Amino acid sequence: MADGLTAGPGAGELETHDFDVVVIGAGGAGLRAAVEAKERGLRTALVCKSLLGKAHTVMAEGGAAAAMGNVWSEDNWQVHFRDTMRGGKMLNNWRMAQLHAQESPDRIHELERWGALFDRTPDGRILQRDFGGHRYARLAHVGDRTGLELIRTLQQRAVSMGIEVFMECKILRLHKDSEGRVSAAVGYWRPTGSFVAFTGKAFVLATGSIGKSWKYTSNSWESTGDGHAMALWAGADMIDMECVQFHPTGMVWPLSVRGILVTEGVRGDGGVLRNSEGRRFMFDYIPPMFAAETADSEAEGDRWYDDHTNNRRPPELLPRDEVARSINSEVKAGRGSPHGGVFLDIASRRSAEYIRRRLPSMYHQFKELAGVDITAEAMEVGPTCHYVMGGIRVNADTEATTVPGLFACGEVAGGMHGSNRLGGNSLSDLLVFGRRAGMAAADYAEGRTGTPTVDAAESRKVVDEALAPFARDGGESPYDIHRDLQETMQSLVGIIRTESELVQAASELDKLAERAGAVAVSGGRAYNPGWNLATDLPSMLAVSRLVTTGALARRESRGGHTRDDYPKPDPEFGKVNLVQRFDEQGRLTLTPEPLPQMPPELAALFEEPAASPAPAPGKEGH
Amino acid sequence: MADVTMRVWRGDSTGGDFADYTMPAVEGEVVLDVLHRIQAGPAPDLACRWNCKAGKCGSCSAEINGMPRLMCMTRMDELPTEEPVVVAPMKTFPIIRDLVTDVSFNYVMARQLPPLKPRAPEADGTYRMQQVDVERGQEFRKCIECFLCQNVCHVIRDHEENKPNYAGPRLFIRYMELESHPLDTNDRRELLRQRMGIGLCNITKCCTEVCPEHIKITDNAIIPLKERVVDSSYDPIAWLGRKILRRTKRGAVEVAQDAPAFTAPTSEDRLERQTLPVMVGTAVGAGNPSTAASAGPGAGPAEAAGGTGPTAAGDPFGTDAGA
Repeated sequence: MADGLTAGPGAGELETHDFDVVVIGAGGAGLRAAVEAKERGLRTALVCKSLLGKAHTVMAEGGAAAAMGNVWSEDNWQVHFRDTMRGGKMLNNWRMAQLHAQESPDRIHELERWGALFDRTPDGRILQRDFGGHRYARLAHVGDRTGLELIRTLQQRAVSMGIEVFMECKILRLHKDSEGRVSAAVGYWRPTGSFVAFTGKAFVLATGSIGKSWKYTSNSWESTGDGHAMALWAGADMIDMECVQFHPTGMVWPLSVRGILVTEGVRGDGGVLRNSEGRRFMFDYIPPMFAAETADSEAEGDRWYDDHTNNRRPPELLPRDEVARSINSEVKAGRGSPHGGVFLDIASRRSAEYIRRRLPSMYHQFKELAGVDITAEAMEVGPTCHYVMGGIRVNADTEATTVPGLFACGEVAGGMHGSNRLGGNSLSDLLVFGRRAGMAAADYAEGRTGTPTVDAAESRKVVDEALAPFARDGGESPYDIHRDLQETMQSLVGIIRTESELVQAASELDKLAERAGAVAVSGGRAYNPGWNLATDLPSMLAVSRLVTTGALARRESRGGHTRDDYPKPDPEFGKVNLVQRFDEQGRLTLTPEPLPQMPPELAALFEEPAASPAPAPGKEGH
Repeated sequence: MADVTMRVWRGDSTGGDFADYTMPAVEGEVVLDVLHRIQAGPAPDLACRWNCKAGKCGSCSAEINGMPRLMCMTRMDELPTEEPVVVAPMKTFPIIRDLVTDVSFNYVMARQLPPLKPRAPEADGTYRMQQVDVERGQEFRKCIECFLCQNVCHVIRDHEENKPNYAGPRLFIRYMELESHPLDTNDRRELLRQRMGIGLCNITKCCTEVCPEHIKITDNAIIPLKERVVDSSYDPIAWLGRKILRRTKRGAVEVAQDAPAFTAPTSEDRLERQTLPVMVGTAVGAGNPSTAASAGPGAGPAEAAGGTGPTAAGDPFGTDAGA
């Protein structure tokens, strides 16, 4: 391995590791995929940009949605499936939504066997909490640090199985063999800056999100869309990239923490949104699709927390896209809070002891970062770039992409969440499809013939390209380009979009790409964040391009994609995925392609009256 | 607003020095924000780890004005501004570059921990646990692995030679979490005594003081673990009780058989090999001259885990022995 430390141009051999299955990304999805492949006895590598256990999954707060029926026995996979599809405005891949709803309870119980300690119901089962868009209290949780519990459990499982983990290693490109199968991944070690290749029979992308292209985001530095970009460059289909979720409640002050998430659990546990006039404005924004099941008075909404049977849910618990747009409108109308958000108030509605017990992380986060005691004062919150529903097109059952030997799971894959994701569905998504990707990758690896190799010329090209910024004199700082990219995407491809601004964004992206081509960095290769950022820029630019192009093409408003100039959903757009891919001439193309057709027995679930009054009792907790 | 001066350690394993950066002060910022502005300005190659910037991932640990803290949770307005704010890397771990240290020690010790071995589930295939029973473990599972507790633990901060046989506070809370886990059937006490150096801790509570999650590491984990380990070795009544009451926990030898006999080398070993040569290729256990555990107050003769385990397959808890 010592050779790897000095590998690079002029140093001869590239450090190379050979595996059956190579998983890129070690958040929940990557860990779950690796565990599955390893369980099958395959040589499995897990490669991640940060230290193990630091991935963005750690930030998930509220819980993992699974229709276990522990709090409301009426809950079942059909109801969860229906909530998910309606939340996604029916743009979801129905089969993924079905598998997700059917399998997530097993995945949660499995975590418990591996050591997770979820909060409990009085009879000792896993407690479930209310969240936006979910008809029943459905989120398995641990206070408001469920993501930490999930990643730690999977991490400890992976470590105990002896999975080989390659930490602080950034993958730049995927290589294919002469038959078009992915056969290698080339990247570099952050601690040393030396290059490394992984050869494998099957590759799983689990690289998460793209949020770092926006200025205000809940995402960490890692969310640069590496997996999206690598898949695109390798020839994969990308779907519905315009569908980006702006979480309604991010912190807005102090400026330095703007965008950091405030869990939806605050609203699930009784918090309400108010404008500067003190009005619970969400009652003014109930869309027809959800009117029948949403309370139309504060009194009914308040009663719902203790009596789901005879009351309808408060509008603060509408799906995220609705709440984010409403907050945006209030602020635009001049009824915002002092720092440009709205007020999220749980202090006046729940006891201090209850708040500290249910929302310990939120309590600390506001106390320590904003000097706000959420048991005594309201929080100031506003929308923050949070999640991309679009992503790599995959087979619902196997998570196989359109490129042989390449699988994708978690946020980097598209389809599951349609145009808007429900809170809590992402942690269960990671588990369900991480496992399936691991299984299918293992199957593929076992069936693959021949020995995957690294092409020396191709890897040399990757290395040269990555090192080019060191050789440039007087080029621009990667930080400047990144800042301008974030400004562009925030102001022109944000929560509300319009044709003229999107066209302007596209031309800004051209200029930014040109500037990125001349980026220069200083210092050495060992743990050089400026250089690391320079190597992230191509991914961020590619992803920003996909989002902008998709947003221009989807001339309607649906879920996370809102067009000021086309404010309504268009049924025709509701029947298609917008597919982007490189054609044979290397041009990026966009084609609307029909959604997979739901079988009649599932379609029937959507014909029942939308608001059958609520379920019989069975509620516990609170 | 006025300016702030950050005095940041710059260098690598071969040496280095502090460098001053004077930046305009900005309301509401934390130390990490100022470092990010330094990166975007005068020092684009200034190395520091960070991820979530909200105190949840535990990446940005450093020593700020001599206090081990998370940079993302240390507000500038709580630090004196008349003098430079000194930001240094964690001292206990080898430096990679600037504020980034090689924390592989923690991952290596984590690999040696026998995992949860759950009892059989209820008839429906799931488990019943009471909230009060999971809460104890939940306290320890709040750990964000910032390794500040490891950093301040003088058993390893001042004695590099203890590292191969000392799990440290972060891992002790993990052991305690499993000890108190309602489903677990493993018994890790001999391992703790023999190989993980529970006896070396002399309860100065430095770890508890620096924990950003306010976990009562010493009171709720280390002291109870020490008591349990001593009980298992010396207490004849406890021994008799176990015989009579048929304890449900499994014995050390059984645990050893289940522990990963060999864990493939991973990227953390790459750096670990340069910095902790004593751990490499050495079957740690009875007879190892660096087995510092035998000097600890709770230590007894080396007889169980390593000694009577299935040695034919190599060190039962070993990680990369012979790799």
